[in-house]
Amino acid sequence: MTRTLGIVLVGLAAVTAIVGPWVVGADPIAQNLPLRLQGPSAAHWLGVDELGRDILARLVVGARISLAVGCAVVGVSAALGMAIGAVAGYAGGALDTAIGRVMDVLLAFPGILLAIALVAVLGPSLGNVVLALVTIGWVSYARLVRGQVLKVRELDYVQAARALGAPVGRVIARHVVPATFSAVTVQATLGMAGAILAEASLSFLGLGVQPPTPSWGSMLDAGRSHLFEAPHLTIVPGLAIALVVLGFNFAGDALRDRLDPRSS
Amino acid sequence: MLPESGRWAIIPSAVLAYAIRRVALTIPVLLGVATLVFALIHLVPGDPAEAMLGESAPAADLDELRRTLGLDQPLVVQYGRYLGRLVQGDLGVSFRYRTPVRQEIGSRLGRTAELAIAAMVVAVAVAIPLGVVGALYQGRAIDQAAMTVSLLGISMPNFWLGPLLAIVFAVQLGWLPVSGTGSLAHLVLPAVTLGAALAAILARMTRASLLDELRELYVLAARARGLSRFRAVVGHALRNSLIPVVTIMGLQLGAVLTGTIITETIFAWPGIGRLLIQAINFRDYPLVQGCILFIAVTYVAMNLIVDLAYAWLDPRIRYR
Repeated sequence: MTRTLGIVLVGLAAVTAIVGPWVVGADPIAQNLPLRLQGPSAAHWLGVDELGRDILARLVVGARISLAVGCAVVGVSAALGMAIGAVAGYAGGALDTAIGRVMDVLLAFPGILLAIALVAVLGPSLGNVVLALVTIGWVSYARLVRGQVLKVRELDYVQAARALGAPVGRVIARHVVPATFSAVTVQATLGMAGAILAEASLSFLGLGVQPPTPSWGSMLDAGRSHLFEAPHLTIVPGLAIALVVLGFNFAGDALRDRLDPRSS
Repeated sequence: MLPESGRWAIIPSAVLAYAIRRVALTIPVLLGVATLVFALIHLVPGDPAEAMLGESAPAADLDELRRTLGLDQPLVVQYGRYLGRLVQGDLGVSFRYRTPVRQEIGSRLGRTAELAIAAMVVAVAVAIPLGVVGALYQGRAIDQAAMTVSLLGISMPNFWLGPLLAIVFAVQLGWLPVSGTGSLAHLVLPAVTLGAALAAILARMTRASLLDELRELYVLAARARGLSRFRAVVGHALRNSLIPVVTIMGLQLGAVLTGTIITETIFAWPGIGRLLIQAINFRDYPLVQGCILFIAVTYVAMNLIVDLAYAWLDPRIRYR
């Protein structure tokens, strides 16, 4: 049940992000001040915002931004984390200790705090949001892969590859890293939910995507000033974030059950 | 009077050794955190003084600010002075308020602590009954309803839940104030917003832990003596099932701490989280650095305390 719901929600979000802006057609930044804060109507299915912009149009473009940030953050974090984790786990010794200390320091910052700090000094922009989230994101992949590599490197087939004289880089890339793909795939799916939520949080705080570009987080932030007269400004983007995050969490759990039955 | 060994048995030597080892491991982490926070101001694109005062600021003002922030000194000197000041508890001077950063943080610390504690209280008060109901009526409609409520709590981002609660309880019903401080009523919406996710996690944990505990022999024995399922749960199993729940609470302290940043922003709660966001908006970098450092160090310290508490409570940890 939850697996199906997860796949449906993630699929819907992906389709919305890809074809939504063409299907909806309306310009997400075109202002129509006489209509400002108007509720849902036949012309504007989800109503309009404080500047008279179509909320549905902004929502579908926001979906594209959220998923793009999620994919970029997860993709780069996973690649970086896998490379660093594999090298640390395989090499061991001083290099492993040094990487471990860096990870300890990054993990000493609670959740999104370091991302807030980095965006605060680098300046709010989509690129800096991705950079900040990758800075904190790679650590979980590196820890995961390092742990897996410590187990895998002792297995017979890896020992055999080393005994046959395969170079270290080849052993890691061809024999060690592929064994970690299942765990990383699960982590990446759950990581999408985390990255989308983090981007929305940063945009909500005014540190993410800058106006007039629509983002679910900044739409929620704008809605905060109009809670009394136009609650739809708050309800719509928040619901979108909650459903997509729920979808990725369900999909991640389902993948974990499929790829690693012991953990379920 | 207790014999010598008995008096000190409260803190066994193994716990003390573990505590010393754990505290020693924290020192390099704290140094790393301090170094990262020091580096922040040097990541500002271009000249930090220009970023704070604006590009059109007079050269004399820019020079003065660079001197005040110590940016005119070599990096090593800046770093040395920074660490020296930190050891003395000096976090610098706020660019916006012209007051010591320590004073600004200190004046808001009580509010953040009040909110965090209230959120934990809300979380526990909601989670334990929800988890107990779930375990008592496992698989039935009431269990499914309780777990659906907790799933909603996990999935709803607090920056959405907060405004939604405000729409219902402040705007529609008019029962509670939408923002600000001054009374207990002001604390309700922020505390529920911040505590909801934790409540959801704790409810699921309580249910799972209680179901495990209900299979134990001592519970079966209590039931065999004629105790009702409810009394067996509340009187016997619940207390033991709370150990993993307390563990999760400790692990979630960081999430609560970070959550205050958004919750305080939503409800205009005058705590450290809101101070941080205001400092970012005003490009008050010394204050940004101070807030980040304070939150990170508090997080590290809380993790340390939680770890030491486990070592004291659970002998298996200190012998690892």
